[in-house]
Amino acid sequence: MSVLATNYLTPTGREEAWRFTPLNRLAGLHDGTSTSVNRKSLTLRGDVRPGVNTTRISRELVASVSESNDAIVTRVQAEAEDVFIVDIAADTHLPEPVSLYRATGGVDGAELSRVRISIGENSTASVIMENSGSAILGEDVEILVGPGAHLTFVTLQEWTNDSVHAARHHAILDRDSTFKSTTVTVGGSLVRLLPTVEFSGPGSFAELSGVYFATAGQHLEHRIHIDHGIAHAKSRVNYKGALSGEGAHTVWIGDVFIRSAAEGTDTYELNRNLLLSDGARADSVPNLEIETGEIIGAGHASTTGRFDDEQLFYLMSRGIPMDEARRLVVRGFFAEIISHIEDEQIQDRLMGRIDSELAKVGH
Amino acid sequence: MSTLEIRGLEVSVNTDKGAIEILKGVDLVIRSGETHAIMGPNGSGKSTLAYSIAGHPKYTVTGGSVTLDGLDVLAMKVDERAKAGLFLAMQYPVEVPGVSVSNFLRTAVTALRGDAPKLRTWVGEVKAAMNALNMDPGFSERSVNEGFSGGEKKRHEIMQLELLKPKIAILDETDSGLDVDALRIVSEGVNRAKVANDLGVLLITHYTRILRYIKPDFVHVFANGHIVEEGGPELADKLEEKGYAEYVSS
Repeated sequence: MSVLATNYLTPTGREEAWRFTPLNRLAGLHDGTSTSVNRKSLTLRGDVRPGVNTTRISRELVASVSESNDAIVTRVQAEAEDVFIVDIAADTHLPEPVSLYRATGGVDGAELSRVRISIGENSTASVIMENSGSAILGEDVEILVGPGAHLTFVTLQEWTNDSVHAARHHAILDRDSTFKSTTVTVGGSLVRLLPTVEFSGPGSFAELSGVYFATAGQHLEHRIHIDHGIAHAKSRVNYKGALSGEGAHTVWIGDVFIRSAAEGTDTYELNRNLLLSDGARADSVPNLEIETGEIIGAGHASTTGRFDDEQLFYLMSRGIPMDEARRLVVRGFFAEIISHIEDEQIQDRLMGRIDSELAKVGH
Repeated sequence: MSTLEIRGLEVSVNTDKGAIEILKGVDLVIRSGETHAIMGPNGSGKSTLAYSIAGHPKYTVTGGSVTLDGLDVLAMKVDERAKAGLFLAMQYPVEVPGVSVSNFLRTAVTALRGDAPKLRTWVGEVKAAMNALNMDPGFSERSVNEGFSGGEKKRHEIMQLELLKPKIAILDETDSGLDVDALRIVSEGVNRAKVANDLGVLLITHYTRILRYIKPDFVHVFANGHIVEEGGPELADKLEEKGYAEYVSS
């Protein structure tokens, strides 16, 4: 069964969902030719805290709660041996984030990793997933946000330049809940992330933001899908990217689907790309499908451009040299999103990372 | 004592229809402590003069010279002109999202002085400059010019003038879009900078209103890309009365 399904789904590169992705750089994650290694790298940082349960459970005991037609996600769901569970109990308020990281790695084979994060009714928490080091990683993260709960979810992709990472972050939002995610992708040879959202109760709010910075030879792809299937939910998407160097390629797809039942939907998505050099390419495709006119609002915007000469002139006219002016503009461009991450240490680290990316490309 | 010397300046701008000549030989000398008002109708090239001196890439100098104390300003990059002591208060200051006013000012003053100012004294300087211009203390954490009202943008320009301490300042229609109270506050800032730094001022304006607050030593009438008449403050009174009709009809 699963073999047939996988074969059926194996992408050829002609599919809409795969047409931007260089399949030959996926290390065989998409067609099953990669060798799986029995690595379980995801690890909880620090001590277990009251109200938070982390454990690994055999895959037979934890069925996936959402379907996907993505070949890699389907394979992860079928083949990952166990599921890393983060369960935050109801009525829990965590002052410090739950921090997960990849403790081991390597490009000797593919790790397939399933993760389930759930937060109970009326709880408030942050979960951070840090991906660094080297890896070939296929990953499916399911996130269940309970009624009235508030979850902040931050993922960092700071991989080495030989790493391959394909993942889905799928959130299901119950009534009156809030899900705020920030996705940061700066490392990796090929990173292809699917931040997706569905709603299971009204009155909920999904805010998806992200920053990415691609340098020479990197392919960084983010495919957002927000499925407004029920009434009175709200979503906001804001992703910003910078590119510099030969063959730097970013892809941003923003699919928002408003089904006929989703009256009172309020959605807006935005993607901005800053091209810092020749030879880089940013693809940006916002896409809105609307089956009902009874909505509050639905919109999207996408821009890709070079430095604004007027901004640089203004800064330089105050004595700031060109390099420094460019650095300020790029930092400012990303700060809009990074400054909204609640954890200040993460903020500082990310701005530091942006600085080092800029230094690397000679700005 | 500094001298900005503009001789036979010719400037064109590139458009879809090719290069268009805007400045047709401008001669002007501004010394420390002097205030020169350049007045003229819209479209006469006043702003082009300001932006050309500051080095905006949109404009191409096709003839003439600009020197500051003998140094060739036209050979300098934009930031080098600022370091040499020139300052342009812009009519339409540019928004720089995500860059706070405090970060911007600290970066600018560090570049101009060659090393970072002592934090405590610098914070004090900024506070004093903001107070003097009736600015809200929260202002310094906002992004540069983003969402500023017209008045806030102009106050922010003059705050920079006071903090960055140039030798010669060009004020491009600093009075536009200001109500009477804001005009007075901004003008007082310019007058403080004149006294504190023996500043030379090139004040570009369409209206005589600002000249009630910032007294010019010289008035130049600008039309069709060059200076067509020069005189003392009394020339501004004449313009107030008769307008620019006699200069543009010819």
